[in-house]
Amino acid sequence: MSSQPRLWTTFTEPLIRQNPVTLQILGICSALAVTTSVATALTMSASLTAVLVMSAGIISVIRNHIPSSIRLIVQIVIVASLVIVIDQLLQAYLFEISQRLSVFVSLITTNCLVLGRTESFARHNPPGRAMIDALGNGLGYSLVLILIGSLRELFGAGTLLDWQLLPTVDQGGWFTPLNLMLLAPSGFFLLGGLVWAIRSLLPEQVEAGEFTPPETGEDGA
Amino acid sequence: MNELAALFLRAAFVDNMPLTLFLGLCTFIALSRRTGSAVGLGIAMIAVLGVTVPLNNLIYHALLAPGAWAWAGSPGIDLSYLALIAFIGVIAATVQLLEMVLDRFFPAVYASFGVFLPLLTVQCAILAGSLFMVERDFDFVESTVFGLGAGTGFAVAVIMLGAIRTRLSYANLPEGLRGLGITFIIAGMMSLGFSAFAQMVAS
Repeated sequence: MSSQPRLWTTFTEPLIRQNPVTLQILGICSALAVTTSVATALTMSASLTAVLVMSAGIISVIRNHIPSSIRLIVQIVIVASLVIVIDQLLQAYLFEISQRLSVFVSLITTNCLVLGRTESFARHNPPGRAMIDALGNGLGYSLVLILIGSLRELFGAGTLLDWQLLPTVDQGGWFTPLNLMLLAPSGFFLLGGLVWAIRSLLPEQVEAGEFTPPETGEDGA
Repeated sequence: MNELAALFLRAAFVDNMPLTLFLGLCTFIALSRRTGSAVGLGIAMIAVLGVTVPLNNLIYHALLAPGAWAWAGSPGIDLSYLALIAFIGVIAATVQLLEMVLDRFFPAVYASFGVFLPLLTVQCAILAGSLFMVERDFDFVESTVFGLGAGTGFAVAVIMLGAIRTRLSYANLPEGLRGLGITFIIAGMMSLGFSAFAQMVAS
């Protein structure tokens, strides 16, 4: 009875408050690499969420049978098998996007988000809870990806899901595309700005400084 | 020889793993707080990439590539979809083996690696090294050079970031930017700098 609200928080906490990308430093590599357009960001989010939920479920079901000394290998093999399935599915039905994602679908295997959640949550919790936690984390990751992806596509090419929103100069419009948005550095800048924005809204996430500058007291000096 | 040198430079600077390809960022950000740990991580990356990429190259061409089983009378077998699982296995085994060998024969080096060695099993940059090797069709020598180059590039980038972050811990930053936020922005600036290397090879 009392598990109902806690299940709900298990699901909602990772969406923004405990977001895997901006707070837990998990899954950053793919978050930046695939966000040059919304379409790739959406595909990547869907694949990662699917792998995350299924692997959390499977690992949680067999969690009492895995000897802890070889658990990493077992987890990686389960995740890798799921990723192969997803990769083959994408190549079969969404060939063009799977070419654009190149190695990044395979790299879901070593995405720290998947192993991080299975290692820290699915290993200690029953399947239902583990899958809800996985779904929450997957959606939190997707939120960040889609936000950064839309910003980069909108300002880098003037489109959103290949739909021309801002008419570019080439086509007689007024918008000059910012090429920097499609290059690597802008991903870092946007994510840094996003972290800043979230931490300004939620001050409890601010990291303590390692060194406090001396106060300039009233007595001058 | 010249081509190999160009491949090395290309892997290290133009296609820098963390800064231009966004690979291995989790450890890149998490372990660059201190220069000491950054140096340890850098050396471990060079060692592991330099060993696993050529090893996976051998395994891929001997067992998994389309037509690899022609000598056994079945040229139609194509096991390349198993590459992912084979590579992960090889990486995990290599890291474990490297750890045992270092512990036995070079305890000082082992101590300086600390916890970073086992962590590298699940590092995307390492697996990506092997996947790029397949995608770009390298032979054995090329893949060795590529592995060492990519590792060196990672080491250079992570040591630089570690040095900058050590200095920054004395700076008075806006509260929300402390830690993770400013690290991303610095990495973005380093990435801008590294994009200048792209001109080096193109010309």
